Order: sequence, then C-alpha cells, then structure tokens
Amino acid sequence: MTTISPAVVTPAAPRAPGAIRPRAVLHTTGALLARDFRVLGRELPAFLVRVTVQPVLFVFVFAVVLPKLSGGPGLGSLFGATSSTSSAASSFSTILVPGMVASAILFQGLTAVTAPLVLELSYTREIEDRVLAPIPVWVLAIEKIIAGAIQAIFAAAIVFPLVMVIHARGQAPTMDFHQWPLLIVVVLLAALFSSALALLVGTVLEPRRVSIVISIVIVPMTLLGCVYYPWSELSSMRWLQFITLFNPLVYISEALRATLTPGTLHMPVWVLLTVIGGGVLLVTAASVQTFTSRLVD
Amino acid sequence: MSEAAIETSGLSKTYHAPHEDVVAVDQLYLRVERGEVFGLLGPNGAGKSTTAGMLTTRIKPTGGVAMVAGIDVGRYPVAVKERIGVVTQHNTLDRQLTIRENLEFRGRYTGLSTRKARARANELLEIFGLGGRAAGRVTGLSGGLAQRVLIARALVHRPDILFLDEPTSGLDPQTRVSLWEILRTMRAEGQTILLTTHYMEEAENLCDRIGIIDHGNMLACDTVDGLKGMTGTDTLVTMRFSGDEEDISRIRREFEAADEVVAHSGAVRIRTRHAEQTLAQVIPAAVDAGLSLCDFELRPPSLESVFIALTGREYRE
Repeated sequence: MTTISPAVVTPAAPRAPGAIRPRAVLHTTGALLARDFRVLGRELPAFLVRVTVQPVLFVFVFAVVLPKLSGGPGLGSLFGATSSTSSAASSFSTILVPGMVASAILFQGLTAVTAPLVLELSYTREIEDRVLAPIPVWVLAIEKIIAGAIQAIFAAAIVFPLVMVIHARGQAPTMDFHQWPLLIVVVLLAALFSSALALLVGTVLEPRRVSIVISIVIVPMTLLGCVYYPWSELSSMRWLQFITLFNPLVYISEALRATLTPGTLHMPVWVLLTVIGGGVLLVTAASVQTFTSRLVD
Repeated sequence: MSEAAIETSGLSKTYHAPHEDVVAVDQLYLRVERGEVFGLLGPNGAGKSTTAGMLTTRIKPTGGVAMVAGIDVGRYPVAVKERIGVVTQHNTLDRQLTIRENLEFRGRYTGLSTRKARARANELLEIFGLGGRAAGRVTGLSGGLAQRVLIARALVHRPDILFLDEPTSGLDPQTRVSLWEILRTMRAEGQTILLTTHYMEEAENLCDRIGIIDHGNMLACDTVDGLKGMTGTDTLVTMRFSGDEEDISRIRREFEAADEVVAHSGAVRIRTRHAEQTLAQVIPAAVDAGLSLCDFELRPPSLESVFIALTGREYRE
C-alpha cells in the first residue's frame, strides 16, 4: 500500500548526528546544477538569441557596413598605425573580437544570475526551496556562481566563431591561438569573475532598481570597457584611462586581447591575471556573504 | 525520556531596528513528541512564523537552543534539513519547473537517485491527485492546488518532521477542508507535524496539542480539552420554557448565578463546568413545576474564550 509519508525511512544513517557528509553535499550540488541546466535547455532558443543578437549586429555594422561606407581599410587603421608591432596592420575586427567575447562573458553573468536572483529573493521568495536543500547556504551560492560561469563560457563559445566570420572582404580578424593554455585560464577566470559579480549585484540590488542598472551601468560599462579599443590607446586621455581601471570589463577584454591578439598592445599578462584572479576570490567571498545574509536572517 | 521530535529552550529572536528592537519570539520553551501533530496558534504577528523559521534553519535565533529530530539546529543546519519537510507560508514552488520536476528535483536535492526521485514523485502525484497536471507549469495554479504541490514536495524525502507554516491561509473554506483531510491522513499514519495557524478552528480540528502564542510568548500549551479546562471557562447552558412566568422566575432564582443577565423572558441561562449534571437537575425541576422546555442551547467553552481569558483581548484572526 502506498502511504503519504510514513516516517519509516530516515534518509541519513549518520555516523555523527550532525556531521556534513561531503558526498551528500556533492550529490545535492550536482542536482542543483542539473536543475539550472534543465531550465537553460528549455530556454535554449531564448538563450541563443540573447547571446548572439547584440554581438552579431555589432560586428556587422563595424566590420561589414562601415568599412564599405568608408571604402578604405576601416577603423582598424586608427589603431593599426600605433599599436601593432607586427607588420600586418590589424583590422578593426582584430580589435573587436576579443572585446565582443569579453562582453558576452560579462553580460551573460548578469542575465543568467542577477536577473532571476533579484526576483527569487524578493517577490517570489522561491529561492527558499533551494535554501532548504540539505547543503550549507554558502555551497548554494557557489553553485550559483558555477552555473553562471558555465553559461558565460557557453556564451563565449557561441559568440567567438560568429564574430570571427562576420566581416567585409579584407577585414578578417587575425587571431593567434598559440597561447591556448593561457586562453583557457583567462576564459575560466573571466567566467567565474563575471558570475560572482552577478551574484553580488543580484543580492544587493532591489528589484525596482534593475532597470536603472541596465540603463546606467551596462551601457557605459560596455562603451568604456575597452571592447572597441585597447586600453593603451586611451593614453591621450589619462583621466579616462584611470577611470576605466574600475571597470571589470576592461581586464577581461585586455586579457583576451593578450592571449588572442598578442600583437596588439595590451596590459601586462601578470597584471591582468592578478586582477581577475584576485577579483574572483574577493567578489566570491563578498557575494557568498551577501547571499547568505539575505537568506538566513 | 525518549528523544522529542522538537525541543526548544529559551528560544528567542530579536530584530534590531533603528529606533527600537522588536522581540519577535521571547524565551520559547516547547516540546513536541514524535508522532504528534502540534499547532502553534496565535494572531498575525504573534511570532509563529519566526518560530517555524528558526526551527527550519531559515532564521537565526538570537538566544536559546532548538533541537529538531535530536539535532541542534544552530550547529548542524544541514543535518536538520535532511530530516525535515517544510511547507513555507508563501508559494515557493520553482516556477521554472513543471509540477513533476518540482517533486523530482526535491528528491534529488535530498539525496535520491534520479530514478528513485522519479518513482517517488510519481507516487506522490498519484496520492495527491495531481497526476493529470504533472507536466504543467506551476504558474497559474489555484491556491489550493499550489498548496497540495507544496505539501507533496515537502514529503518527497519522507521527512521525520513536517513543518506547515499557515498552510490554509487565504484558501476558501472548501479547499481548506480538503487540505485538512490530507493532514488527517498523515496524522493517522504517524507523521510528526508542526503547523502554525491563526485559525482556531484549524488548530482545534487537526492538532493533538496546541501552543497559544501572542507577542512572542507562549501563553499556554496543552490539548484542546486541557486548554479549555485550565482557564476555568464554563459551558453556557440556555433553556427556554413556556408556562407560568412566576414558576420560571422561581427556577431562575434557584439555579442561575446572581450576575447572569437574562435577555428574554422565559429563558434560564446557567454557566457550569458540568453541563450534564446541571441539565439533570434543572429540567426535572421545571417539569415538576408544570413548565415545558421549548428551546435549548449548549455552548461549550471555545479556544476563543480561552484566548480572551489568557490575554484579556478579543481574538483577531
């Protein structure tokens, strides 16, 4: 006979009554990740549209339309003259590709982690469902960061080939994959950084401020994120160059530039890895803190 | 002494606000036995949900200790979460998932394999009459159905103790009664339940024992009958006779307490702890005097009268 809930099975056979069993925590974390990817799989078309529309339009206008209008070598010549140490003048696409991938990584975090979290924490409180999963709340925060980072890597993997192939004749970007181990490290760290930032923003942001953040943070962050130009090119405007140092997107763009287009000017690799790696640690610690205090009060 | 399902000692929660601290729960001592259905009854803002929140690891106490399933909630929240099922006050169903997935993933979060979680989900969908809607999203479910899914979800991992925070709040009376049926079945199966409610009727209908809570304090804690007995509240017996007005007055003088106000002529109203004995005395005496009984009302003591006796205030549901 089936019964609703006879208390015949005690789920855990505890060695010590309260001890955390790492395997159980791993199992639960895996189930939480499976949930997040079940949802992502269901929304795959929306995910693809969200990730691709903006970068595709962007490279279309800047690497296809504008070069044709100007009829010349395109915007790349602006930078090619001063920045390239190699003899081949870099096209604007060469500058643009790492920047596009960088902004895909950063903003995927915000849309995948921040937006749902703001809602779940406020109106619906449905996050309580997952808070009651038998893991420490900080593990739930880490799970959110990992899920967001995986989505950011997906986004990068989709955007990269698209922005590589869309360009006018003669405007092909020149990429260098010799430093692929560094590329892997940079993409992993950048994805974790963006996802942790997204968790932090999601836990401190009030729902009514979401639209403000989108309009007054995201656009300036992109425009001043060294997506369309290398950071060193800002040297003629020292004050602006200084301000952009507070923009996390700058470091991700520059780090991708350092690995994919080492010929263009970029910040030193050790500086980039230190800032992004340190950022991952600091922002993760801070976001776990804010997340936990929002949920256990 | 056997281990209690829930035991708290001096459990307190104070919220620090800029101008004054708000004491939500003040030095709560509570013991719930295994297999018992225990109700925390009190008006809105009494501290019921804060108490439930502390027992289910979602709110950190500012004082005292809570043991759930024999485990210290403050020290080992994860182990406690493995052993409890929680139906939160608000609808916290995962809106991105279907009804079946809500149950399945709860099973997987709590340690079941994918296959076992699916089997358990199907079993509960069947029992709760949700099979036909299992593939549907949870958005747009009526309050009663959503509550059913929430209860089913809380039971997926067969918790030692089920917590229900205001389970029927905001539901229409019919839906409420059908949820009561579900809870009664679980009670019969020996499920330990702690529920909070501000409906007296609900507490009275479902609970083995009730703790009456107001302003964060436990005012009384006993069985329904025990509560009614402890405050000295009496049954009110009202009898209406037809016959000679003189004779009725005589009966009234003989049996009524001096301070009793009689609203209508012909009525005799008596407060008593022992309604049957009183009736056995009054009615024969009246019949002997040639009166005939034409109306009769017996109002037993209610939780409401207990609440009024304990707080000196009307109960506000």
